Amino acid sequence: MRAQFVLSEIGVGLRRNLTMTFAVVVSVALSLALFGGSLLMSDQVNTMKGYWYDKVNVSIFLCNKSDAESDPHCARGAVTSDQKKQIVADLDKMSVVQKVTYESSDQAYKHYKEQFGDSPLASSLTPDQMQESYRIKLKDPEKYQVIATAFDGRDGVQSVQDQKGILDNLFGLLNGMNWAARAVMAMMLVVALMLIVNTVRVSAFSRRRETGIMRLVGASGFYIQAPFIAEAAVAGLIGGGVACGFLLIARYFIIDHGLALSQKLNLINFIGWDAVLTKLPLILATSLLMPALAAFFALRKYLKV
Amino acid sequence: MIRFDNVSKVYPKQTRPALRDVSLEVERGEFVFLVGSSGSGKSTFLRLILREERTSQGQVHVLGKDLARLSNWKVPQMRRQLGTVFQDFRLLPNKTVAENVAFAQEVIGKSRGEIRKSVPQVLDLVGLGGKEDRMPGELSGGEQQRVAIARAFVNRPKLLIADEPTGNLDPQTSVGIMKLLDRINRTGTTVLMATHDQNIVDQMRKRVIELEKGRLVRDQARGVYGYQH
Repeated sequence: MRAQFVLSEIGVGLRRNLTMTFAVVVSVALSLALFGGSLLMSDQVNTMKGYWYDKVNVSIFLCNKSDAESDPHCARGAVTSDQKKQIVADLDKMSVVQKVTYESSDQAYKHYKEQFGDSPLASSLTPDQMQESYRIKLKDPEKYQVIATAFDGRDGVQSVQDQKGILDNLFGLLNGMNWAARAVMAMMLVVALMLIVNTVRVSAFSRRRETGIMRLVGASGFYIQAPFIAEAAVAGLIGGGVACGFLLIARYFIIDHGLALSQKLNLINFIGWDAVLTKLPLILATSLLMPALAAFFALRKYLKV
Repeated sequence: MIRFDNVSKVYPKQTRPALRDVSLEVERGEFVFLVGSSGSGKSTFLRLILREERTSQGQVHVLGKDLARLSNWKVPQMRRQLGTVFQDFRLLPNKTVAENVAFAQEVIGKSRGEIRKSVPQVLDLVGLGGKEDRMPGELSGGEQQRVAIARAFVNRPKLLIADEPTGNLDPQTSVGIMKLLDRINRTGTTVLMATHDQNIVDQMRKRVIELEKGRLVRDQARGVYGYQH
């Protein structure tokens, strides 16, 4: 098969069917941009998880005197020094614990003043009302439950709190959005595939004279199908290229410039260019192979020998 | 060259068979007319040889191969050894005469050098030397059919199948086409031609096979058309 002959046939086919080719390019571009976007979103969530989970603690709040009167968890009175020793000893034995820091009620009062100094509530607080606590850094932030079962409900312990729980709500939301994007992507992908199948069929129909003559003179099935498959693949690849462009532009405008989130939200660790670049080969390969396969199956029925 | 053994063909969703128990043999180098009224099974007969259809019963051998046992991907190989010509010429309107003929060679992967050599040769043979660069639309019907014959013959097939090649042509032009087919036959190529043209069959005095309602009713050496309209 001569390359020049094949290429000219592809060009003719794509031009003849220009509106349809355009539709294929746009739908492939959109669905793959969403695909890439959702991949990057998961990356972003993972990066943020890594960053934040590193900073979160599990806190064991201990009962103070005022809790002993009001809080049913502390019905057996304020924490004693024996109980505290027992807690520290138990924490030391646990393999999931990386580091334990103690925060006295005075320290807690100071931190609270720093954070909420101007609020009317702060001025009425006294150090006595603040709780002592142990701040525990876990080796694996997912293992919160181990601490909770060991200390929740124990005498002298008011509550065990996991800061990760608060973050999980946020990540849950982001993940939910990600799944929504994937659902849209799946539908776009179906639309793109149907458009490709249709385009290839129209293309095969408009060239049935040529293909009929090809069959007559003994062209192999592959030789007859190849131009159509190549046509779909070329249109898909253009769409894939556009999708890659979208992603690069989006990274540029959302994170670095334009919206410039990286300057406004300096608490968040954003994904780098490398994360975007590593997705591009996957997107290009998909944009090439998916339409080619769709065309192949569309033609099986149409161009039988 | 062609052998039918008790061949029947029933198309799906039809009760009346298109061919019933047809047996015959065509030898290498023969020139055979296939006659019969519309619906007699001529087209089915040709389609079975080209393996566009498969038999319902019986076997068809073409060029020594049992077509029932030929796998799909080998069909193109088989067709390359056949040439086909049709009533409606089936030329590509946007390609020149030379390109139309070359198409048959490009498709089976012949080199450019081979194509450049064999295309003018075969165009000379069919009497179209000098018209290589004309478009099919600029040619008369007879000339277009000559292009189609050139395309069918350029790969030097052992068997040429012509389905009413003179059906769209006036009598005088038809004679020219028949002379050309006769010349191709004399090079050793077997020719099987389906036709309605009484004059041609009567003049040529070749073997005649007649089908009627799917049955083989006559197989006559040096026959005449014999069928009354």
